[in-house]
Amino acid sequence: MLTGEEILEIEKAIHVVPHRQAACIEALKIVQSRRRWISDDSLKDIASFLEMSPAELDSVATFYNLIFRKPVGRHIILVCDSITCWVMGYEKLHAYLQSKLGIRYGETTGDDRFTMLPNPCLGTCDCAPALMIDHDLYRNVTPEQLDEILDRYV
Amino acid sequence: MGRQILLEHINVPGINTFDVYRKHGGYASVEKALKTMTPDEVTEEVKKSGLRGRGGAGFPAGMKWSFLDRKSEKPRYLVCNADESEPGTFKDRYLMEKIPHVLIEGMITSSYALGAKTSYIYVRGEYMYIIRILEQAIEEAYAKGFLGKNILGTDYSLDLYVQPGGGAYICGEETALLESLEGKRGNPRLKPPFPAVAGLYASPTVVNNVETIATVCAIVNMGGDEYAKIGIGKSTGTKLISASGHINKPGVYEIELGLPVEEFIYSDQYCGGIWKGRKMKAVVAGGSSVPILPTELILKTAKGEPRLMSYESLSDGGFVSGTMLGSGGFIVMDETACIVRNLWTFTRFYHHESCGQCSPCREGTGWMEKVLHRLEHGHGHEGDIDLLVDVAKKIEGNTICPLGDAAAWPVASAIRHFREEFEYHVRYPEKVKN
Ligand SMILES: NC(=O)C1=CN([C@@H]2O[C@H](COP(=O)(O)OP(=O)(O)OC[C@H]3O[C@@H](n4cnc5c(N)ncnc54)[C@H](O)[C@@H]3O)[C@@H](O)[C@H]2O)C=CC1
Ligand SMILES: Cc1cc2nc3c(=O)[nH]c(=O)nc-3n(C[C@H](O)[C@H](O)[C@H](O)COP(=O)(O)O)c2cc1C
Ligand code: SF4
Ligand code: FES
Repeated sequence: MLTGEEILEIEKAIHVVPHRQAACIEALKIVQSRRRWISDDSLKDIASFLEMSPAELDSVATFYNLIFRKPVGRHIILVCDSITCWVMGYEKLHAYLQSKLGIRYGETTGDDRFTMLPNPCLGTCDCAPALMIDHDLYRNVTPEQLDEILDRYV
Repeated sequence: MGRQILLEHINVPGINTFDVYRKHGGYASVEKALKTMTPDEVTEEVKKSGLRGRGGAGFPAGMKWSFLDRKSEKPRYLVCNADESEPGTFKDRYLMEKIPHVLIEGMITSSYALGAKTSYIYVRGEYMYIIRILEQAIEEAYAKGFLGKNILGTDYSLDLYVQPGGGAYICGEETALLESLEGKRGNPRLKPPFPAVAGLYASPTVVNNVETIATVCAIVNMGGDEYAKIGIGKSTGTKLISASGHINKPGVYEIELGLPVEEFIYSDQYCGGIWKGRKMKAVVAGGSSVPILPTELILKTAKGEPRLMSYESLSDGGFVSGTMLGSGGFIVMDETACIVRNLWTFTRFYHHESCGQCSPCREGTGWMEKVLHRLEHGHGHEGDIDLLVDVAKKIEGNTICPLGDAAAWPVASAIRHFREEFEYHVRYPEKVKN
């Protein structure tokens, strides 16, 4: 079941586009922002609200990197693994995160705190290497700073 | 520093707000266009300016606008491509973050020229903070009467919306972007028909890059002929370059097209030379999808002429000894960078982002990734290098959209210019094993 609040927000997204379906990516994001990920039940509810078939909506949902069809942690770490971050030493960051959190890309920590994903260029290559946690962008990151940065997310 | 058009006021405190922007000449192009020019006259100025699309392909903007099907009964749309996910490119993000109103102003003036009543800015999903900045700027523009019904008391009305993407590199390709705006998977469409004829909801649509649209303000203000005097030959005007990698001063620079590459890399006004006193090894001049060039070829063309920052000069020599200006993502690598490892990273990215519609792209990128992985990790074979060249050739030109080419070109050019590094990886696996 979609909550009243979710319905209200989805209605707002529908308002600026000509067809209900055109708001589907937005709708997925709205629901995901409250439930962390899109379960099969959420998917069905959103699909019926937008007058789409669940299969149709699922093919959209699975296409986009930022829509999660599997459970994820409370915080998402997006590590930029593109050209400049790589040139500027991103591998050290990745190695540090991997050993400190004990997870590889696509995995979630046992306490559900973090999920770590690779992400194409975060558009801040002049301050590489970069990473993003939830909606916060971190630039010129060194492994030494990571402990303190991670502590901000409980 | 050369002529600054887009970034002239970048350091003015508060330039991100409507009032300060307006005080520095902001929104003048809207007033001029709506009150003193017909839509076709605005298009004519853009044509005269010679402005070429800043998203990477360099297609003349005025020509694209004039291709817009004006006889169609359907509504017309302007869609701004703010998906910017080409690795090594960050100039659109910079512009939207620092001077959001220049994009809003450009959207209004351009929408007027095209007769669009509804326009969209499609921003990549990772740029949530930019989306908030744009939404606030749009709200200000509505409040001041520059958006909404009867703008500045004229009979022109426009609604402008920001649409966030879902995180997919391919959605920067204009037809994939349109699919995504319609709420579908971002699968590129076959062209033609071009969006100018059948775009968003099969309506006539112009898709332009952030920087292209922002530049329209200056063109309307100074006139197309004046703008065309800046730059060199068919590369008119200024261009934002995103400079990153092993240089002393990474950042976004506005250059006058025609600036020598050598000056751009070594002058203190721009990149300030190679960091740590090292030597330069290679440059990717136009975002990750263009061919990589070694130092001697980025500084001088095969004929020995100084290479210039322009569409023509950078592509001089074709793919044998040249590259492309592309999106202006200028990535510099010093002598310590390993080309093979770099290429493997690249290819992994393209394989992951392939939408999977065409088998040469879907299978070919995966294959190249596998071969590069074994080369990089010390398990390569003698024939692997030629195999890579072969796979790249099979992808090139055989796909619906240029993502396939974008994956093939860096591989082909890296092997052409740095073959001995690949051979080293095959011959001395124990030295590269990791
Ligand atoms: N900025 C970025 O983040 C990225 C940029 N790119 C760039 O994208 C480029 C490829 O883009 P495409 O759109 O596939 O190139 P394209 O050459 O097919 O089209 C360029 C533009 O001109 C228009 N156009 C071309 N011929 C037309 C005609 N006859 N009638 C009407 N309109 C016409 C197209 O609609 C499009 O807007 C590459 O060169 C690459 O540099 C690639 C990846 C990312
Ligand atoms: C795989 C791929 C990704 C692209 N990504 C972008 C992008 O992020 N931003 C952009 O402006 N153009 C991008 N383009 C180019 C667009 O398809 C289109 O040419 C451009 O938006 C037109 O605007 P312009 O004429 O103002 O450059 C991409 C093209 C391809 C093939
Ligand atoms: S070239 Fe690749 S990304 Fe482009 S349409 Fe084909 S499979 Fe999709
Ligand atoms: S390559 Fe990492 S931010 Fe661009």
